Amino acid sequence: MATRPATFKSTDSFSGSLDNYMDSIVEVRPEAERALPPEPESPVMETRALNVFYGDFHAVHDVDLAFGRHEITALIGPSGCGKSTVLRCLNRMNDLVTGCRVEGTVTYHDVDIYTKKVDPIEVRRHIGMVFEKPNPFPKSIYDNIAYGPRVIGMQIDDMDAHVEEALRSAALWDEVKDKLKQSAYGLSGGQQQRLCIARTIATKPDIILMDEPCSALDPIATSRIEDLMTELRNSYTIIIVTHNMQQAARVSDRTAFFTAKPDETTGNRTGLLVEYDLTKNIFGRPKDERTEAYISGRFG
Amino acid sequence: MPSTTLEYTRESVQAAVSTGRSRDRNSKSLIFLILLWTSLFFGIMVLLVLIVSTAIDGAGRFDSALITKYDSTLFPERTGFRAGILGTLWLMATTAVMAVPLGIAAAVYLEEFADGTRWYNRIIELNLQNLAAVPSIVYGLLAVAVMAVIGFQRKGIVLGGAIALALLILPVIIITTREAIRAVPNDIRFGSLALGATPLQTTWRQTLPSSIPGIATGTILGLSRAIGEAAPLLLIGIAGAVRFDPTGPLSPVTALPIQIYSTTSQSQEAYQQAAAAAIIVLLVLVLALNGLAIFIRNKFQREW
Repeated sequence: MATRPATFKSTDSFSGSLDNYMDSIVEVRPEAERALPPEPESPVMETRALNVFYGDFHAVHDVDLAFGRHEITALIGPSGCGKSTVLRCLNRMNDLVTGCRVEGTVTYHDVDIYTKKVDPIEVRRHIGMVFEKPNPFPKSIYDNIAYGPRVIGMQIDDMDAHVEEALRSAALWDEVKDKLKQSAYGLSGGQQQRLCIARTIATKPDIILMDEPCSALDPIATSRIEDLMTELRNSYTIIIVTHNMQQAARVSDRTAFFTAKPDETTGNRTGLLVEYDLTKNIFGRPKDERTEAYISGRFG
Repeated sequence: MPSTTLEYTRESVQAAVSTGRSRDRNSKSLIFLILLWTSLFFGIMVLLVLIVSTAIDGAGRFDSALITKYDSTLFPERTGFRAGILGTLWLMATTAVMAVPLGIAAAVYLEEFADGTRWYNRIIELNLQNLAAVPSIVYGLLAVAVMAVIGFQRKGIVLGGAIALALLILPVIIITTREAIRAVPNDIRFGSLALGATPLQTTWRQTLPSSIPGIATGTILGLSRAIGEAAPLLLIGIAGAVRFDPTGPLSPVTALPIQIYSTTSQSQEAYQQAAAAAIIVLLVLVLALNGLAIFIRNKFQREW
């Protein structure tokens, strides 16, 4: 293997062994690596024997995951492996899908959020979500941010300051401070997505779920969102679903690899968790050969 | 090389593309085009002849007396439609007050909260489609029954007429409002719910404001259907000869279509003229309402 050129920054054109592959990723964002215990200590959120069905279709099979506080956890895997389904179980967004049934437990600070006495609306107030396609409300930039705090009844003395703080945390303030009263639809796709992150931050959630937040964005906007995630990690627990393995490698602390297994009789593909470990292990020393095949590009 | 592959050369492409004629303009498509134009021409001509001949008939009566005077049996040439115009305005306002909130609420329930798999919701759904096609006179009968149940002896009042018209346009309003609500992308609802908003807050603060243009258009189109209706009003006993202004929801009333109907049944030529002029007034009212609907739709239209 030839020596890497000094200017090598991108992993896109890379064709080498797994070790060098990982090296190049770490070089892009060295701050992503930090000392973490092999298992999340006192995790904020845990799933046990999580099974999800859409009608008769078994979408996800027996997922056990634990999410560490102020860590970024990435869920990766090929299309149809159930990673987005798992994510939507974590704040009960799956309730809104007709015919969706969840079995097993999802505990949040040791409360099973799927028991009768739990209010799903209260769960979503604590666990915010950013979607694949930027979905700002058809309102002004200011009102997009102020909407969340208003509907959940947060006691805020100075809404202007609150909006500014949220926009600053999402690294959007400098770009929009002169047009807060203009429609959010005038922003670019990347700005809209950061607005959606700011909107979530404004409600001061505990956990932020992100469902492929960069898949509709160009590489520059993607890189800004990734920077933002690394900053937000200091105050929030982030769980992100991504198609982009380099992204998972760049930003996340832990990675869960999912795959889809076709049912022998029906041919329906059921998603299952293959391997869950520190990101550097998943990308550097995967234990399961399916993981290795996927991240080295031989499958998926 | 597979036999299905075509060989494209400079010569073969030139020969095929620049033939000097267009298959767009052969005789078949020309005949088809002429047929379309004839149908269009026929439809528009019938309408135009109707409107122009009515306008010519009524030409002598476009004066202030037409809209400021009550109808007169002594002076046919000075008969006016003041009672009918004011009555129609009162009826429309009362109809809107009753039908719009009810229709929007029903549409919101069906679209946002109803479980479409339940048998009762499916029955409502099915009936709604049928109700829109029920003859208007049936709604007149229904309104008579409603007024009798509430306990009104005299039914030919603003309230009675408005109940009939509100029942008539309710299906139209519900159906158009549902379409407007359905056009709001789910992304918006999920965005709001993911912030911890309740379904009610999401409907009230996101879905409904976003569907205002569709709701307004549907409502106004419903009202412009109601404005020309005479049958249900006749059935509930709204009289043609009323010579005072309506003063409230319980006041006896007449409506422009009814007054036109009773005026045309008079034999004198002057009444025919007055009726023709009143028809034009009614047409202007309908067109104004439709114009308002288009204006609202264009002004608030949003591309998702």
